[in-house]
Amino acid sequence: MADMTTNTSVDPRGPKPKRAFSRSNIFLYGTLIMVSMYYLLPLYVMIVTSLKGMPEIRMGNVFGPPMEITFEPWVKAWSEACTGINCDGLSRGFGNSVRILVPSVLLSIAIASVNGYALSNWKFKGSETFFTILIIGAFIPYQTMLYPIVIMLREIGLMGSIWGLVLVHTVFGMPILTLLFRNYFTSIPEELFKAARVDGAGFWQIYFQIMIPMALPIFVVAIILQVTGIWNDFLFGVIYTKPATYPMTVQLNNIVNSVQGVKEYNVNMAATLLTGLVPLVIYFASGKLFVRGIAAGAVKG
Amino acid sequence: MTVASDPPAHKNKRPRKLLKNWMAKLASLPMILTALVVFVGGTAWTVTYSFTGSRMLPKTNWVGFDQYERLWSSDRWMISIKNLGIYGICSLILTLVIGFTLAACLDRKIRFEGVFRSIFLYPFALSFVVTGLAWQWILNPDFGMQSVVRDWGWTTFNFDPLNNPDIVMFGLLIAGIWQGSGLIMCIMLAGLRGIDEDIWKATRVDGIGTVKTYVMVIIPMMRPVFVTALVLIAAGIIKLYDLVVAQTGGGPGLSSEVPAKYVIELMFRAQNLGQGFAASTMMLCSVVIILIPWAYLEFGGRKRG
Repeated sequence: MADMTTNTSVDPRGPKPKRAFSRSNIFLYGTLIMVSMYYLLPLYVMIVTSLKGMPEIRMGNVFGPPMEITFEPWVKAWSEACTGINCDGLSRGFGNSVRILVPSVLLSIAIASVNGYALSNWKFKGSETFFTILIIGAFIPYQTMLYPIVIMLREIGLMGSIWGLVLVHTVFGMPILTLLFRNYFTSIPEELFKAARVDGAGFWQIYFQIMIPMALPIFVVAIILQVTGIWNDFLFGVIYTKPATYPMTVQLNNIVNSVQGVKEYNVNMAATLLTGLVPLVIYFASGKLFVRGIAAGAVKG
Repeated sequence: MTVASDPPAHKNKRPRKLLKNWMAKLASLPMILTALVVFVGGTAWTVTYSFTGSRMLPKTNWVGFDQYERLWSSDRWMISIKNLGIYGICSLILTLVIGFTLAACLDRKIRFEGVFRSIFLYPFALSFVVTGLAWQWILNPDFGMQSVVRDWGWTTFNFDPLNNPDIVMFGLLIAGIWQGSGLIMCIMLAGLRGIDEDIWKATRVDGIGTVKTYVMVIIPMMRPVFVTALVLIAAGIIKLYDLVVAQTGGGPGLSSEVPAKYVIELMFRAQNLGQGFAASTMMLCSVVIILIPWAYLEFGGRKRG
C-alpha cells in the first residue's frame, strides 16, 4: 500500500499491449474461424442448393456455388409444392402461421404483462403460490399435458381451429413472459406506484398510464421471444390443428419428408429457407435485444 | 403496502378480505386458471389415467401398473430410452464444452466479437424442423458431404449416419449441437463478464497460466451459471422431438426413436392412450429427478443473497 503513491506514475496502466499476430492470437482466431465455418455451413449449403437446378444437384458437390442461378425452386416452393393432395405450396402454411402468430403474440403478451404487474404491485394472498406453480409448470414436459388440453379444446369447440392453437400458445408462453414482466415491474421504483395511488389512480389506470409507457423495451423483448418461439413451434401445430390450418413448420416437414414423387432437393431447401426466414430476419434485425430476450428466458428471477 | 383502514365492524371481515384487491385478482384469473387447471389439473389427469386401460378414448377401467409393465417390456420404449441416454450424455458434455470454450475465446478481448457471436447464435433462432431438414440434406449420402469428400479423392470415405442404425444418433447430435450451443455460449459469456477483472490480475501476479486459471479459478466461480446451463440443456434434451421427426423420422427402422416421439405416436397415431399416458408420466418423473437437486441447490442453500 505504501508504494502506491510513489509508483502510480511509473507503472504502466491497463492491459499489457499485445502484438497483433502473436502465436496465441493466431490460434484463437484460427479456432474461431474454423468453428464459424461449422455454424455457417448449413446456411450456405441451403442457399446454394436452393439456387441450383436439379441436373446440377445430381452432379454432386453440395458445397460448390451454383453455375447457373435459378429462382425457380423458390417460386415452386412458395406456390406449387405439394402436401398430400394440396399443391398450393408453402404460401398456405405461411398464411396460417401469420394468422396464428399475430393473435397469439398479442394475447399472450397482454395477459402476461397484466400478470406481472399484478404480481409485483398488487400482491394478494396466494399470488406468489400461483406464480410458483406457473414457473414449475414451465418445466413439466408438454407431453403430460397434451391430451387433457385436447379434451378442454374439444369441450369449448376450438379443437383443430386456429384459435385453439392461439390459446395453447398463450398458456405455454405464460410462465416465461410473466417472469419477464414481473421482474421488470419489480425493478420500477415503488414510490411511483404509491404516488399514483395517492392521486387516486386505480388498477388499470396505473397499468396503462404508468407501467406500459415505462416497460416498452421489455415489451419488445417479449415480442421477439414470442414471435420466434411461436413461429418455430412444431409440436402444438401438429397436434392441435388439422391439415387445412397447419402452420408453416408442419407443412414444411410434410413437403420435404413426403415419400411420394421425385425428391426435388432444391425446392426442399428453398422451402426450408422460406420457413427460417422470419426468425432469421428478426434475429439479425434485433441484435442485442434478441440476446437479452433469451438471457431473460434463461436466467431465473 | 398495508392500507391503513381499520374496519370498525368486525362482522364483515371475511368477505371484505376476499374483495380487497378484487381487480388484481380478476386480472390474474387467466394465470390462476392456467396454473391450476392446465398445469396442475392436466398433469394430475394424465398421471391418473395412466393407471387405466384407455385405448381410443379415456376410460376409467383401472388396471394398476399394467401400462407401466407393458411400457418397460416394449422394445421401442427401451430403444427410445437408450437413444435419449446416448444423445443426452453426449449433448450435455459437448454443449457445455463447446459453449464454454467459445465464450472464453470471445472473452479474450478479440476483434469482431459481435460478428462471431452472431454467427454462433443464429442457429438458435431457427426451428428444429429447419435444423433437421438442413442437416438431413448435408448428410445425404448420395449428394451431400460423403459424396463431396469422395470426389476429392478419398473414395473409401464413409459417413452416412442417417442410414446407419449404429450411428444415427450422432447424426442428430451434430444438428442438435449446431442449433443449441450458441445459447449456452451466450449464458457462459454473460457469466464470464460477471467475473471481477481483479481475479485475472491476481492470477497473473501469481504466474498462473491462462488455461489453468480458467480450469482452476474461473470455472469453480461460475458454478451457478453452469447449473443454469445444465438445467436448460437437460430440459431441452427431454423435449427432443421435432428434430428427430424432421431429420430421421425415427428411422432407419426404430433406431432413432425417442421417448417424446413414443408418447405422441401412441396417443395420437396408435390410439393407445393408456400407454402414452404411462410413457409421459415417466418423462415427468425424469424431469422431477433432475429438478429436485437443482431446486435444492438454488433455493435450499441460500448461500447467495
